[in-house]
Amino acid sequence: MSFWRKLACVALVLVLGASVAANWLAPASYAKQFRDATNAAPSRAHWLGTDEIGRDRFARVLYGTRISLLLAPAAALLSTLMAALIGGLAGYLGGVWARMAMALTDLFLSLPWLFLLITARALMPLNVSPLVSVLVTFLLLGLLGWTAAARVLCTTAGALRTSDFVRQARAVGLPGQRLFWVHVVPNLKPVLYAQFWISIPVFILSEANLGILGLGVAEPMPSWGSLLKELEGLVSVGEEPWKFVPLILLVVVVTSFQLLLSKQEELPA
Amino acid sequence: MKCPGNKLKQFVAHSGKAIAIAMLCLASLLGHALAQGGELRLCLRNEPKTFDPLKVEDDASGEIRYLTGGVLVRVNRQTQELEPELALSWKVSKDGRQISFRLRSGISFSDGTPFTAEDVAYTVQQLMDPALHSATGDAFRSGTGNVETKVISPAQISIRFPAPVAGLDRLFDQVAILSERSSKKEMAVLGPFMVADYKPGASVLLKRNPNYWKTDEQGRKLPYLDSIRLDIQPNRDVEMLRFKRGEVDLINTLDGDYFDKLAATSPQLVHDAGPSLDSEQLWFNEVTKSPIPAYKKSWFRSATFRRAISEAINREDLSRVVFHGHAQPALGPFSPANKFWFNSNLKPQSYSPDAALKELQVDGFRMENGALKDKDGNEVVFSIITNAGNKIRERMAVLIQDDLQKIGIHVNVVTLDFPSLIERMTQTFDYEAIILGLTNVDLDPNGEMNVWLSSSENHQWNPQQKTPETPWEAEIDRLMRAQASTSDAKKRKEAFDRVQEIVVEQEPFIFLINKNALSAVSTTVRGAAPVILSPQTFWNAERLSVALQ
Repeated sequence: MSFWRKLACVALVLVLGASVAANWLAPASYAKQFRDATNAAPSRAHWLGTDEIGRDRFARVLYGTRISLLLAPAAALLSTLMAALIGGLAGYLGGVWARMAMALTDLFLSLPWLFLLITARALMPLNVSPLVSVLVTFLLLGLLGWTAAARVLCTTAGALRTSDFVRQARAVGLPGQRLFWVHVVPNLKPVLYAQFWISIPVFILSEANLGILGLGVAEPMPSWGSLLKELEGLVSVGEEPWKFVPLILLVVVVTSFQLLLSKQEELPA
Repeated sequence: MKCPGNKLKQFVAHSGKAIAIAMLCLASLLGHALAQGGELRLCLRNEPKTFDPLKVEDDASGEIRYLTGGVLVRVNRQTQELEPELALSWKVSKDGRQISFRLRSGISFSDGTPFTAEDVAYTVQQLMDPALHSATGDAFRSGTGNVETKVISPAQISIRFPAPVAGLDRLFDQVAILSERSSKKEMAVLGPFMVADYKPGASVLLKRNPNYWKTDEQGRKLPYLDSIRLDIQPNRDVEMLRFKRGEVDLINTLDGDYFDKLAATSPQLVHDAGPSLDSEQLWFNEVTKSPIPAYKKSWFRSATFRRAISEAINREDLSRVVFHGHAQPALGPFSPANKFWFNSNLKPQSYSPDAALKELQVDGFRMENGALKDKDGNEVVFSIITNAGNKIRERMAVLIQDDLQKIGIHVNVVTLDFPSLIERMTQTFDYEAIILGLTNVDLDPNGEMNVWLSSSENHQWNPQQKTPETPWEAEIDRLMRAQASTSDAKKRKEAFDRVQEIVVEQEPFIFLINKNALSAVSTTVRGAAPVILSPQTFWNAERLSVALQ
């Protein structure tokens, strides 16, 4: 195992371990308001300071990591699987199937999602618990985020279908289903992985922006998205570098996953 | 015998006096140079929708009207008293239907056309033309029929309205006089500045009106400034950055956190003028036909429930935590900043979760395993919605969520985009509770008739009632109409004091806080004295100057 892989492994274990052990590590509940210590700088009592209403930022980062690390990859997995199913299969089958799949993808891409999401919010009851809001948010992201990946996968599968080794396999009489699972899908893996890893930070940030539509992770529950919102204030960021911790965590986690799952030869020495 | 030494002393003494006089003259000249000229730069938060002073509805257009329009009378933003401007004196008839003005003479519009009573008559007729749909004109509409204007002489006019108009004279603070004779009506102004250039989406440039009639105590012509540049900048972060870089000289309204950050490094730049007229409030949906469960409607329509919720909210913490101390717990519908109309007998709302629980028990509520339940066993859970992106309101909602958790009430905080929120609030009534603010620009309670009358669209907790659904709403309707139909200030004050008491007793709006008027003014600006009334920092624009650098 290379040095970079080991480092990625350690980073992921640390982050995942800390988020799982949030109940023991966090000095207070993520919702507890220390109203006499709002916007506090890091101290022994609050390692990453407190937010605008006095909630311990370290506790919120731990619990937010748990939510985002569990649900953003789940949503990314859902969207990548849908993209593989629709885009990969259509590209492999080609012809009318590919045209139909791409028409469906184009239709999805051209839909006014802002208004559809507003409609989705209108159809949902206002009184949903924060936990339900989390599940609904990431389910929506997973169901809506497959289109761009499907286009890429359709093109890649189409290229594989006409490649020499697939033609040879077909020529020796390999059945279509076996050909797809043995020769096409393994060659789609790098694209699938890439789409999966790209989706995670996109979904985390999308979750933060969905808050404007009344979707997103509801207060007082934290998420990386809501924690990243603290960086919006241009004036304060330079003076409070500890607010960058969620952003650093996001970069570390996504990079670590990519390093861990990339091929050995692609890694720097 | 004279000693040469004495001569030397006399020479030195005379020379000293001469130098001192010369220095004084130079300082006076320099002072004069500093007082005159310069360009004031500030930001408008939105694009002005119109330059026609009669069609103003938005803040940006209102600020331009304030700087360019000449009015007959002006509410002094510092004292809140009405003062003469283009009118030397005025008189309102006892029945409150007629007002007579005696005008200044020898005044010209910025294009040189003379100002006479004909211009006032023309402006009033234009303002009251129903086809214009003027929001300013709507304030004068108290009954059906035409407004009659009678020009008695070039310097005298009387205006008669079809029905009594409460606070008639103060309403003329918003009426910028147009020139009847000028071909370019919007460009001919009587105010200290005139629009010289407008770049849509970028800026508005105002230049000094060469024909402005006012002079200062030393007889110098006002305004001191050569020009005012208003950059259109909706982003408050960018506005703050530009202020810090010295690219703008004023910030009219600041949030508490920006105020504190600026105060930490440059305390001389920030100004806290105290509680403003604006309030933030929470209210429950009391609409009979709303699509919420019947048992929740019965909670929300109970004054005991509303009072208990009000008592369980820690307003001091809202002020301290959310507004960084730059807000005061609200006492009622009017802020104490409204010197005349505020009912000073109102007592501050106490914070007591225990008392709130006791009050709820009167209505049959009880605590079970840390959760509050009504007499039928329904757990008390409701949602509070507010507009997404408004950090202040989002934080207030989370604090209230935490406060109510202490009495076993579970609150779900939902932020919605503004159009969706307004649709739920005014069309579908599909909501349970809302946190929003009221921006008051009018000192007179008549400006809030559309809120307090039960038949009004803006009677938010239960709008457009055909007949008042509760005795206390019927009483508010009666009192508001009574105060609007008399010009007797004492009677009006008594009626509105009672309205304030009823609102505090019944709590249809749970008034939370009155935020302070916070602003920032560069040290290069001379003469600034920020106040609570709009436009806070440049209400005395004609007497502001910018130190030449």
